[in-house]
Amino acid sequence: MIKKYSLNINKKVHQVEADENIPLLWVLRDNLGMEGTKYGCGVGSCGACTVHLNGQAFRSCLLPISALAGTEITTIEGLSANGDHPVQKAWVDLDVAQCGYCQSGQIMSASALLKNNPNPTEEEIENFMSGNICRCGTYSRIKKAIQLAATK
Amino acid sequence: MKKTNSNLSRRSFLKVTSLSGGGMMLGISWFASAKPEDSLAELNIEPVWQEVTSFVKINTDNSIKIFSPNPEFGQNVMTSLPMLIAEELDVDWKQVEVEQGNYDPKAFPRQFTGGSQSIRMAWKQLRTVGSAARQMILTAASQAWNLPVSELSTSNGMVTHAFSGKSETYGTFAAAAAKLPVPKDIVLKGNESFRLVGSPQKNVVGPKIVQGKPLFGLDYREPGMLIAMTERPPAFGMQLKSFDATAAKKMPGIVDVFAIKVYQDDHKFAGFDTRSFNEVIAVVGKSTWDVMNARKKIKVDWEVASEKKEMGMNHRENIVPSGLESTKKHYAQMLEMDKKPGKIERRDGEPEKAFAEAKHVIERTYTAPFLAHNIMEPTNTFAHFVGDKVRFVAPIQIPDMMVPSIVARLGIPRENISIELVRMGGGFGRRAYGHYMIEAALISKQANAPIKLIYTREDDVSGGIYRPSYQLTYRAAFNENKQLIAFHAKGGGVPESPLHANRFPAGAIDNYLAESWVIPSNITIGAFRAPRSNFNAAAEQSFLDEISEYMDKDPIAFRLELLQRAKDNPVGKTNDYDPSRYMGVLALVRDKSGWGKSENAGKKRGVSAYFCHNSYAAQVIDLRVNGEQVTVDQVTTALDCGVVVNPEGAKNMAEGAAIDGIGNALFGQLTLTDGRTDQRNFDTYRMIRHNEAPKKIDVHFVKNEIDPTGLGEPPFPPVFAAVANALYKATGKRFYQQPFQPQLIG
Ligand code: FES
Ligand code: FES
Repeated sequence: MIKKYSLNINKKVHQVEADENIPLLWVLRDNLGMEGTKYGCGVGSCGACTVHLNGQAFRSCLLPISALAGTEITTIEGLSANGDHPVQKAWVDLDVAQCGYCQSGQIMSASALLKNNPNPTEEEIENFMSGNICRCGTYSRIKKAIQLAATK
Repeated sequence: MKKTNSNLSRRSFLKVTSLSGGGMMLGISWFASAKPEDSLAELNIEPVWQEVTSFVKINTDNSIKIFSPNPEFGQNVMTSLPMLIAEELDVDWKQVEVEQGNYDPKAFPRQFTGGSQSIRMAWKQLRTVGSAARQMILTAASQAWNLPVSELSTSNGMVTHAFSGKSETYGTFAAAAAKLPVPKDIVLKGNESFRLVGSPQKNVVGPKIVQGKPLFGLDYREPGMLIAMTERPPAFGMQLKSFDATAAKKMPGIVDVFAIKVYQDDHKFAGFDTRSFNEVIAVVGKSTWDVMNARKKIKVDWEVASEKKEMGMNHRENIVPSGLESTKKHYAQMLEMDKKPGKIERRDGEPEKAFAEAKHVIERTYTAPFLAHNIMEPTNTFAHFVGDKVRFVAPIQIPDMMVPSIVARLGIPRENISIELVRMGGGFGRRAYGHYMIEAALISKQANAPIKLIYTREDDVSGGIYRPSYQLTYRAAFNENKQLIAFHAKGGGVPESPLHANRFPAGAIDNYLAESWVIPSNITIGAFRAPRSNFNAAAEQSFLDEISEYMDKDPIAFRLELLQRAKDNPVGKTNDYDPSRYMGVLALVRDKSGWGKSENAGKKRGVSAYFCHNSYAAQVIDLRVNGEQVTVDQVTTALDCGVVVNPEGAKNMAEGAAIDGIGNALFGQLTLTDGRTDQRNFDTYRMIRHNEAPKKIDVHFVKNEIDPTGLGEPPFPPVFAAVANALYKATGKRFYQQPFQPQLIG
């Protein structure tokens, strides 16, 4: 059923009319034209669509719009004004990306991890990041970049 | 500076255009003289004249724009190709802005991403582009200052006259330079003068990627654009019989539902025309969510398709059999084929006699499943068909290969097709097959609207163009002194053989026999990172490990011994590898990994080496096994790909190859039951994840002056056997069937 929703995304309120079951992923990409959040699987298995919900990492493909009332959503577009979040900077410094498609999601997961655990162990990084797939195989660089960002 | 005359200059054709702002634009194209035919064979396209083009724009404010001609899918050519131009142009890399060139065969005749060929083909060509522009600027400066060129020098985008102290930017002379004839003799720097080539440079798109900028095809949108998806048969071997879209059309946001035929029945298939299903039902609507929901409401009758004949990847007509195929049956069929005589691909000496007289024979059979590409960005394309023109925004590896098919299917002239090339979220061979462009164009035409065609992950996994399922049986014959006297390789697959009859160890053994066979199939297959090599290496390098153990030899020493033989006194004349470079990577990986050193005695390590795409790679992998859990502690990679243009990007590729290889070796498999893939998405298709990635990866390059050879694919194939050989050390069990990890369970 089509309903009206108001979403707090990147500190801005957006009014959206949409089907109550539509996942946040497609609201962001199709309704709001915010395409930093990527589609990879739609079933919560790849992490490409990761956003922050009240500061925690969530897979936006699994979040129906009807469950978002009163939450604060942050997408990669809202992580920093100019791509200068310590995690983004570490990603550039260590030249992490290959094709780059998974990296929005990797960065959103990594930044949520560091927010809640500023000094994660290697094992904590590996486990937390295991929901984010990278077919290009940039895992080693991602780990180093998270360790670098943790020092900032 | 040592100057070398480029042997390409006489064939060069340069075009110079003045920019309206007074700057200069330089284009250059020619037929490449060095045709890497062996690698073209890898890709199964017929050797054609290879051409390269690039553009340099120099503005009066001295900003420099370099167009990167080749499609980018993560191999970082958008950085390394412009580096070649900037090197010879003698500009500060920081001054350079890089832009992706769109499909334009007149400007950029080799827009081809595949076969690890981008740098190899561009090595002289793009440097010539840079050098020609630099020489024209020097000539313009010499005329403006009335000074001989010989007294002028360039550096960082400036022309300087040392005696008088005069110095001006390239931009000052760009307009005048653009009016000059192109120099006849284009000189290239000697390798020892490189400043940029060989220096690590970061991905020029990195800052945009980390901000999630809409760089990919899936991110493309424009006003009025509709979303399209296709409903396709649930299993290979099935086709559309009839459908009822009444309910689907009533769903919110749905504009139209109709069937399309990707190719017409009389289509003359070319090399990259492979598609899983020819007739599909297109659903067109306002949003992705609307279309996804409406798809479920279509009532469809599918039926089993009958046998047909179709041109395959090899430009050969293949039988596409009728029936619903299963992995179990494929493996049984492959074992059957192994018992029958195969097609003899190579015979040296008297292998049959040697085997008959042998004191001992070791025979092992290796198998591998189909693999799905699992490109992280699912298949997609934007198309807008208007009148007799079509405009695409497409993630496509080889646009030029698809254009004739688009022409044939849509009946429009070539020049009415425009393709904006977008960054690809992975390719690995999958995006060489651009049937989705034709689908998008047909849907746009019928819907009379700009559309973006999207495959879901399930569509991509279950209707892919897979790495074939393969089998190789090796036999080795020994005399009473445990000396290797004969070698037999017999390999085939569903539906192609992986055998490379002229690769190592052919050439190193007096009595050698190679046979191939195939099993026709209706499962669609295509290029997948290092086609065929990715399985050959796995099987061959595991087998060599096992026979070296029987011979009581160190596995690296044994390989070096064979290679020494192939170098000193090769058997046969058609060996397609260079034993010295092979030995080079083995020696490097041995030294860098501390192979055989007492401090590494407790490590469970495996070694492997392989040659493909003109390059040589070797790995040593250290791992531990705890129950069903494999922990890879370290990968040491040695790579000989000639001169390394961008060591940072090259290291990243080699690291990725190690992780990708370990993942596919341990977990990768696409299996079928009655034509239907058992895996549909990442919840069932097992990909390597962060906690399974190696703890440490070291990459070492052989330093030499050889012109660059391939990089994207070569470090991938040997990984599989290095894993298998290390697993043997850790578990005492040999691993013959991929993927390996399920065999640790129970
Ligand atoms: S798209 Fe949401 S987890 Fe994959
Ligand atoms: S960088 Fe390509 S999927 Fe991660």
